Amino acid sequence: MNEVLKLLTEGERLNESQMAEILGMPEEVVNEQLSTLKEKGVLLGWIPVLNPEADAEMTVRGVIEVKITPEREGGFNRLAQRIARFDEVESCYLMSGSYDLLVVVRQSTLHKVASFVSERLSTIEGIVSTATHFMLRAYKEQGFLIEQPKEDKERLDVSP
Amino acid sequence: MVSPLTQRKLNLFVENSENRFVADHVIGLPRSGIRDFFELVAGMKDVISLGIGEPDFTTPWHIREAAIYSIEKGRTFYTSNLGTLELRRAISDYIDQYFNIKYDSNSEVIVTVGVSEAMDIALRAILNPGDKVLYQDPCFVSYHPTVMLAHGVGVPIKTDAESAFTIKAAEVKKSWVPGCKALIINLPCNPTGGVAERDELEEIARFAVEKDLIVISDEIYAELTYDGEHVSIVNFPGMKERTIFLHGCSKAWAMTGWRLGYACAPAVLIEAMMKVHQYSMMCASIIAQDAAVEALRNGYDGVQKMKQQYRRRRDLVVRRFNEMGLTCHLPQATFYAFPNIESTGLSSVEFAKQLLEKEKVAMVPGSAFGEFGEGFARCSFATGYDDLLEACNRIERFVASLGVKSAVAASDSIQKI
Repeated sequence: MNEVLKLLTEGERLNESQMAEILGMPEEVVNEQLSTLKEKGVLLGWIPVLNPEADAEMTVRGVIEVKITPEREGGFNRLAQRIARFDEVESCYLMSGSYDLLVVVRQSTLHKVASFVSERLSTIEGIVSTATHFMLRAYKEQGFLIEQPKEDKERLDVSP
Repeated sequence: MVSPLTQRKLNLFVENSENRFVADHVIGLPRSGIRDFFELVAGMKDVISLGIGEPDFTTPWHIREAAIYSIEKGRTFYTSNLGTLELRRAISDYIDQYFNIKYDSNSEVIVTVGVSEAMDIALRAILNPGDKVLYQDPCFVSYHPTVMLAHGVGVPIKTDAESAFTIKAAEVKKSWVPGCKALIINLPCNPTGGVAERDELEEIARFAVEKDLIVISDEIYAELTYDGEHVSIVNFPGMKERTIFLHGCSKAWAMTGWRLGYACAPAVLIEAMMKVHQYSMMCASIIAQDAAVEALRNGYDGVQKMKQQYRRRRDLVVRRFNEMGLTCHLPQATFYAFPNIESTGLSSVEFAKQLLEKEKVAMVPGSAFGEFGEGFARCSFATGYDDLLEACNRIERFVASLGVKSAVAASDSIQKI
């Protein structure tokens, strides 16, 4: 994996100049690499990972299992893209197993998620069925533990 | 009026009445340079410490979880003196897989309370009073004092920056004197980051066979080798029967506080060490032993992840030191950089003291690790990026204030040696 990308994915808050310092390359090169990664579609974007409960606007998260009929040309892709384009959809994956698409939706209320499913999602031609589950509580979000005992990382100042 | 001689005798008498309970050879132990420095730092606030000889990572969760499970299961008893058979098997398998050395788990492995204990019982098991022990200088602070505590005599071997602090066979031969029974080698080395060079090690091995030396090889930093492959002296002809191989979980698996180490050696030597161990320690903590099994069997990926982080930090600090005018070789292993601070015109201790006072950055003076450490300072880069970046800036400021010229960054040639 590209060095800049590796450093990025480690989850520390570093600006481009700090990254340049750590990697031993000029800042322009770091920026250039970031642009290239974006162009190639490797780096999709930057969003900080937030505690789901802290975001007042989007506290309700629904995980919807969607069954769709695959099409002659393109299989599941066309429908999946169509669903994924909705702003309400945070993530959309094709899954193996008893259903086809896993769709993650975030809205401010339960009602809004439910309406999205019944009015927008279910009505799409090709959708066979949906099963909606609501997230009750988050313990870990994208690699970050949410509630953990305060880590006592006190080391002795000097040790041999 | 009291004569100076009598005054001296009187002083001694006063001293003696406080110290008279303490054994002579303990009074004779030199005061630890690290301890002194620690006391200086302890009183200060907001110090960025680059003097920490342990990882800044917490032990990976799966290892901690194994220990918790062990406690839940009620494993709270003594184990066999040699350590649980399960752990000895795990050790034997691990050493075979990664070091290509076969040790029998029943008779050739002993689990100890940290590698420090392994070194201590090894020396106490092999040294007769007055026996001489060769060891590299600079080196880990404990080696020489432990030799002294075992009533041995330490014989230092010079290592230097020109050879990136590897141990040179010529220097070993030069330092050898009649009466040398053992040779302690620590490669990769704390504090210098020096690693073994195959050809040198091969010749040292031949010399050890020729002089019938017993070798104690502390390879605790082996996994944290960035460039090239770690070489163990045990792999050379005639060495397995005369080497006590020391290793443990502290550095690569970030388990310093767990106190888990081990020694692998021919059965007779293990038996001897066991005699000392059984009376002084009995056994290492059963919880730590269970955790170590998990670490050795399933910890490889975690080690690689940590190593990658260290490597990146190494590149950063070594580059910065060289840029600011402190010549620093690129350590091929460990999380220590050992820059030469002579360009400041200060002694190691003065450098460390003044850097601490003026810029609140702590680096351990190289002289704390031996006579040949004078002129150097040890930088532990086992710490977070923000601290490292800030510390480098502060050190640069300090060094510049002493008139040291910064080198024009030729970072490419310095980074990839």
